[in-house]
Amino acid sequence: MKLVEITDVRLNGRGGQGAVTASRLLAEAAILENQYVHAFPNFGPERAGAPVTSYARICSEPFTEKTEVYNPHIVVVIDPTLLDDVPVADGIKEGGTIVVNYEGLKESLMRFFEGCHANIYKVAGSKIAMEEIGRNVPNLVMLGALIKVTKLVKLESLLDVTTRRFPGVLGEKNVVAIKRAYEEVE
Amino acid sequence: MLKQVRGMTGDEAVAYAVKLVNPDVLAAYPITPQTIIVERYSDFVNNGEVDTSFIPVESEHSAMSACVGASMTGARVFTATASAGLALMYEILYVASGMRCPIVLAVANRAFSAPINIHGECTDQLVCRDASWVSLFGESAQEAYDETIMSFKIGEHPDVQLPTMFGIEGFIVTHALERVETMSKTDVEEFLPAERDVKYKFSPDEVMTFGSLVLQDYYMEIKRQQEEAMQNAYKVTKEVMAEFTELTGRKMEIVEKYQLEDAEHAFISYGATAGNAKAVVNKLREKGEKVGALKIRLHRPFPIDDIYDALKGIKSATILDRSATYGSPGTIVQGDIATALYGKKDVPTLHGFINGLGGRVLTLPQIIEAYEKAKVYHEEGKTLTQEWIGYRS
Repeated sequence: MKLVEITDVRLNGRGGQGAVTASRLLAEAAILENQYVHAFPNFGPERAGAPVTSYARICSEPFTEKTEVYNPHIVVVIDPTLLDDVPVADGIKEGGTIVVNYEGLKESLMRFFEGCHANIYKVAGSKIAMEEIGRNVPNLVMLGALIKVTKLVKLESLLDVTTRRFPGVLGEKNVVAIKRAYEEVE
Repeated sequence: MLKQVRGMTGDEAVAYAVKLVNPDVLAAYPITPQTIIVERYSDFVNNGEVDTSFIPVESEHSAMSACVGASMTGARVFTATASAGLALMYEILYVASGMRCPIVLAVANRAFSAPINIHGECTDQLVCRDASWVSLFGESAQEAYDETIMSFKIGEHPDVQLPTMFGIEGFIVTHALERVETMSKTDVEEFLPAERDVKYKFSPDEVMTFGSLVLQDYYMEIKRQQEEAMQNAYKVTKEVMAEFTELTGRKMEIVEKYQLEDAEHAFISYGATAGNAKAVVNKLREKGEKVGALKIRLHRPFPIDDIYDALKGIKSATILDRSATYGSPGTIVQGDIATALYGKKDVPTLHGFINGLGGRVLTLPQIIEAYEKAKVYHEEGKTLTQEWIGYRS
């Protein structure tokens, strides 16, 4: 039996930004595509604004492991202010992917990742969220960027689970924002 | 059966499965990491999606007491708790089994205080081993879903009439989203009788005495009946699981044997740890190790013969136990396995590894380390070793 590799995703955010919802919706989108998942938050004494992490394990074949994620293939940095406070590239696999919510130039972002062997992408997630949703909730916006560069799930699947979770105006606004991040990630 | 797949956390899986069962009464008190089960179910009640009488009580002692009272009227009853909540129910657990109330209890397995900790550990449920409750463990959200529905059928069987608890580990299963193949209302109606088959119950039309004082004259006979019911539960659980497998196509057995056919060494575990053990088996098999894994799904009644059959001919067994019993010759599970195998032929040497207390992660490399140690102990002729792993000394 050949083992199919599981893709491990870590989302670094701040309490209240919806990192948990994002890992959940990413996993639900993967389930829509008949993949297997284990998505979980790292629960502790979190409060609004404190650094938090959530995870999604995704695989095309069934898997049974239920350990935590220490060496993610993919990291999503939901909040740009984490770059100063948290080692967001910690444990990233060689050749992995990091997608950062960052408004500045890519060159200036790279100073946070010196010596890091991952592929770095950025999108102005907070700016998009403010313009399209009217609030700084860039969690699902960042998923739009993530799936563009990793092809983890299809855009339609992500939009589908988003509108199901947030029926009405909020869902529609998120859809626009996700699509923008999908286009604008670099 | 039409299969639909949905993403659900373990707690949600329990809530949605209970919704299909639509019990007459649910009495519960919230405690992390069980809370979501009762929260979701209270939504179902509030939305009129079920017609369960929902009793929000002021403590778990009251929750189980309300469950006993309701069950005595012939009602189908569900509750859920964890850790300190289960400990507070402990007195009434014995009343529920002694009064032969087939209540179903979901346990979101969580460590005991002190120090206070909200994360996964199975000690809370394991210490209820002597309460005459049928006791199951689940590995995933899917098993949480399936065991919820099966538990009603096992406990309510006329030859059993005992309460049933099933556990899923806090956060690792309760709060993690996984794929769950769901059932329809029709599937559950086909599987589970519409009502309990109760001979004796509280009724305004018939005067009977329940729960009276029984001293030296009859106490032991009543307790012996519970033991016989527990022995029947072994057979009934097997039948119910076979029927469930037939209905859903999901293989469900009281013990799960993974790659044990040609194995020389084995892991033994229960709950979510069993998933990690199977992942390690896959890795070790790639390196040519002849290793398999045994998962204990049914802990009470303990499946003595099934465990012997599964382990016969195995050289060393690595027992991964997310529970500790302080100053004991073996953990609850290791003690059960040792008793089940004692004096029998071709049994493995047993090597217990206490790990994962308070939600501590035991990584796959650490599991492999335990396995290598067990093999060395076996070569050295040791058996019934027990040690802690994955902690800072």
